[in-house]
Amino acid sequence: MSNFLGNVAMPPYALALQIAATGQEDGLPVLRMPFRDEVLGRPGFLHGGAISGLLEIASMAALYSALAAEALEMRIKPVNVTVDFMRGGIDHDTFAVGRITRLGRTMANVEAVAWQDDRNRLIASAQMHYLLRTPKA
Amino acid sequence: MTKSPGDMAEGERFDPAQISEFMGKYGHGGMLGISYHDHGPDWVALKMDWRADLVGDAQTQILASGPIISLMDMATSLSIWTRLGKFRPHATMDLRVDYMRPSPPGAAVIGRGECYHVSRSIGFVRGLAHNGDPADPIAHVTGTFIRTAGFGR
Repeated sequence: MSNFLGNVAMPPYALALQIAATGQEDGLPVLRMPFRDEVLGRPGFLHGGAISGLLEIASMAALYSALAAEALEMRIKPVNVTVDFMRGGIDHDTFAVGRITRLGRTMANVEAVAWQDDRNRLIASAQMHYLLRTPKA
Repeated sequence: MTKSPGDMAEGERFDPAQISEFMGKYGHGGMLGISYHDHGPDWVALKMDWRADLVGDAQTQILASGPIISLMDMATSLSIWTRLGKFRPHATMDLRVDYMRPSPPGAAVIGRGECYHVSRSIGFVRGLAHNGDPADPIAHVTGTFIRTAGFGR
């Protein structure tokens, strides 16, 4: 278990959701969010917002990892996110991983997917656009 | 005890204030401390206070995007039942959020969700998040919800 997204510490919101890295897929971190009452939406189902939160953190984790792999130090700023919900999340752990579609100089396109018991049965996916900025000296 | 949406009878008049109160005490809405703010015939506004544990960037202390998505998911979801005047089970199909600016540390966020159309199976929603002035939004949202039971009725 790791409390880091690449070289960057997990944000407080990710810790509040008890999100932690559990492994890697194609070199990018796989995150796990345990099932608890705090992530429940309608009775018996995960809240779409909690799933979105996990997808967001998985996107950031992928992006920070990709930036670290290229020894780039950038600040990232989310511009927008589109979340698709394919299946209702049930009372099990949820996993997510991000994938970099394009890492440019000024922006990044990142896709993240979430699943529960079966990696091939996605419960949700997200597409995110980030602005990349060089940190102010 | 406050009723959950699932406890409501199908013909009962939907009261967004009462249901929001429940959603803010239970599950993920309870974790985020979401509360009722206001509503109209086809819209519902909810409120979420800034909290240190909801921050997405420890350096800037700006709220993560996840809590804003949750707030908007709940406000837009409630707006469908408010427009219909009754509870009808549905699930979020998709949600898009555009971030115009970050929400400053310490500032409460108002999420206003509006249902602009309902078909037999789909609820179409839009909304915005702001810090008190809707003319200066944090985020714009569009999305759709799909009816999960009672199709064809």
